[in-house]
Amino acid sequence: MTVMAADPVVARRTEIQQTAQRSADRRQLLSRFGLLACRICLLIALTPLVALLVYVFIRGASAWNWAFFSALPHPAGIPGGGISNAIIGSLIIDGIAAAVAIPFGITAGLFLSQSDGRIPGLLRLAADVMSGVPAIVVGIFAYVVLVLHHPGSLGHYSGVAASFAIGIVMLPIIIRASETAIRGVPSVLSEAGLALGARKATVATRIVLPAALPGLITAVLLAIARGAGETAPLLFTAGGAQFLANSPLKQMNAVPLVIYQDGIQAYPDIVRVAWGSALALVLAVLVLSVGSRLVSARIRRVRDV
Amino acid sequence: MSDMTPAPPRPEVITATAVDDTRDTDIPAMTLRNVSVAFSGKHAVRDVSFDVPTNQVTSLIGPSGSGKTTLLRALNRMHDLTRGANVTGEVKLGGLDVYAPTTRPMLLRSRVGMVFQRPNPFPTMSIYDNTVSGLRFNGIRRKSLLDEAAESALIAAALWDSVRGRLKASAGTLSGGEQQRLCIARALAVEPEVLLMDEPTSSLDPSATKRIEELMSELKDRVTIVIVTHNMQQATRVSHHCAFLLMGEDKAGELIEVGPTRKLFTEPSDPRTEDYVNGRFG
Amino acid sequence: MSVTTIDPLRPGTSRGLRRFLEVPDGAYRGVLAAVAALFAILLLAFIASLVIQSRSAFAHFGFSFLTTHKWDPVHAHFGALAFIVGTLETTVIAMVIAIPIGLGCALALAFAVPRRLQVPLGTAVELLAAVPSVVYGLWGLLVLAPWMRQYIEPWLGHITGNHFPFSGAQIGTGLLLAGIVLSIMVLPTLVAISRDVLMAVSETEIEGAFALGATRWQVMRKVVIPSARSGILGATTLATGRALGETIAVTMVIGNTPAFAHSLYSTSATMASVIANEFTEATEPYHLASLVAVGLLLMALSVLVNLAARLAVRSVSRQRAIGVGLL
Repeated sequence: MTVMAADPVVARRTEIQQTAQRSADRRQLLSRFGLLACRICLLIALTPLVALLVYVFIRGASAWNWAFFSALPHPAGIPGGGISNAIIGSLIIDGIAAAVAIPFGITAGLFLSQSDGRIPGLLRLAADVMSGVPAIVVGIFAYVVLVLHHPGSLGHYSGVAASFAIGIVMLPIIIRASETAIRGVPSVLSEAGLALGARKATVATRIVLPAALPGLITAVLLAIARGAGETAPLLFTAGGAQFLANSPLKQMNAVPLVIYQDGIQAYPDIVRVAWGSALALVLAVLVLSVGSRLVSARIRRVRDV
Repeated sequence: MSDMTPAPPRPEVITATAVDDTRDTDIPAMTLRNVSVAFSGKHAVRDVSFDVPTNQVTSLIGPSGSGKTTLLRALNRMHDLTRGANVTGEVKLGGLDVYAPTTRPMLLRSRVGMVFQRPNPFPTMSIYDNTVSGLRFNGIRRKSLLDEAAESALIAAALWDSVRGRLKASAGTLSGGEQQRLCIARALAVEPEVLLMDEPTSSLDPSATKRIEELMSELKDRVTIVIVTHNMQQATRVSHHCAFLLMGEDKAGELIEVGPTRKLFTEPSDPRTEDYVNGRFG
Repeated sequence: MSVTTIDPLRPGTSRGLRRFLEVPDGAYRGVLAAVAALFAILLLAFIASLVIQSRSAFAHFGFSFLTTHKWDPVHAHFGALAFIVGTLETTVIAMVIAIPIGLGCALALAFAVPRRLQVPLGTAVELLAAVPSVVYGLWGLLVLAPWMRQYIEPWLGHITGNHFPFSGAQIGTGLLLAGIVLSIMVLPTLVAISRDVLMAVSETEIEGAFALGATRWQVMRKVVIPSARSGILGATTLATGRALGETIAVTMVIGNTPAFAHSLYSTSATMASVIANEFTEATEPYHLASLVAVGLLLMALSVLVNLAARLAVRSVSRQRAIGVGLL
């Protein structure tokens, strides 16, 4: 039987196949090229980031020795010296900030996770708004409240003012992340607890929070990592110091401040200290970030068994 | 020239297919020989061989897990997209060896189209753009050809009358059944030789299902259809040829019996086929 | 309505703790609400204190504060225009660089790298978002700036005939370097969120495109990117918000000249950088108030951009946003 050339379907089919085959090479080449361009973008994006880390590692490691971590900074021009006061200062500042922000934030997150009205919605928005505020403006706020001269304020730079600022940076992260983590706990668990006659507080602390632990730990560690790396809030609050502060009410130094202030100095010794501090800070932040993932993955794995 | 009247489908009795005078229906559209599909070493389908007759509707039936969909997707090399998938054996489309290294999947898929279980029109495209998307992917630019193919495909999918006035509307404005018919039109616009349908009505309501089943008997004159269905009644309603698969002991699907649908359902050769079509399991 | 028939606390819990935890429901709700209220008060105090401290500047200079570029602490003339422009300029430069590269990067991570590399590379990108900005600033100042001065700026000037905007003294630091450092900083954020959005496009849509005979590039361009459009827009807006508020790294490399930049090589200043630079030295009363006013403007701008972004990127999981330092 002869094929009817007048059959439009067959005619179309022929033309379509011809065009498809003729253009196949071009289309495939374009696809390969497009994918290659994307891979090149990946390379371009990763290169400076990797270069930065490598550089920080090399320059920083050369500054590391026992004295670096244990000694106080030397005056300009005198080689050697360390950042022991800055390390302790950072620990104090971030420690106080975390000690206040974590319970506060988790409780607020607990509140938000249980309410769905308009007011909680506004609070949620408020937390989001706060997380978008530049850290330097947070520093201004802390300055105005705790450093500027007025009744109720210390009137001078202090570790507490710095903690206040860092705490505000940490807070929205903890609130929103813990709300998410708590909402992720299946409601059957808390319902079972309530059905057994437990009080709400008991259910929250004994059932819900432990169940949300992986998410909470991630939230906390990431918030600490973020807070510890911030410099801008420290500029007008901590004040910096060459010596070890023996009270949080005094002005003190912190690792990010060291990097910021020493990086622009002319003396190579001081610049070296800046690099060493940068490496310490990057490692601390990376360890916290990686750690948060590992911990929550580990807990999840143990749970699911 | 003889009229291309398709044989009217009956729910219970399957009549012989209409003779298609313009196509040599003796040569199967596709042939499978010893086709196996394995995922990361574990077989999902083992050693399947049969022919897909041209311009007929062939259904793949069997209980869930029997490898029907896996086998179907091997026909247009969809398993190329799955990591760890390995297809062995021979699949031929007419004279073309589907799995030959020289065969380009993208060209193969312009000859073997697919309709999926859930309607998947491109949400950001209009009805017209959806319909001609396959043509555009294959490099066709000529507007008159696009328009012509779109209209023909939409008519064939029984959608033309309801959408002709709103071709620029988003595909999301269509109902579920209409969206599935749009997907059928989209596949048809490329004028494939074979149309694979993976449980195309399982997510649709009964009236939408009925409309698509009615389509199939008209479509078979244009394309060879292979349909996977878990609904035996559907298989008797729409297909003339049928292949029954069953999961074997090694969890891989095997071909138990293949033949005219009427025979499989009234006088099956294999006792397992008889059990299945009589509803004793599955 | 408390019925203590079964004690859900483990045996061995001390009496005191038990009493503490078994607070009546009313008290429990009260504590929670109080904490939430405290947070709201904190936020209000935040805004209030900024407004109060900057009031004198706005009262004194009026609307011209926003339209004057003269910033003269000695003669107490303050206008924020140069910093607003500087902030916008650095942000625009950063986004012009970061958006195409970031999108290509996200596409690569989602569709063009071998499966086994997807998770490690993706995690690497997220971790890079955690690097503190002061470290970027240090590297930018001590490593990139000399490079810019010795190689990049001369080369760019050479091929453009020292024509604007690649004109002027080539000292390394300045507007261009700040824009480049900013782009590097926002890339991880942009890439991580975009990649998530791209990978969230439904599998069945993608399959449908392949089944029609599309190439991988066609699937990416015609199906995936259009479907992910709003999420990508949200990601870029979030990244822009981050770039706007970035202080430390920019301060370290922009040169801190409170004036308009004449070219890409000029030193300049942004709203954030002028605050960081001059705050501790602002003894003149209007100086401090003006700096706080600049801070208020910066905050308003960042918050607006952030809110706009959240509208567009609802599909992104909160975990991801936290992980890349956006929350």
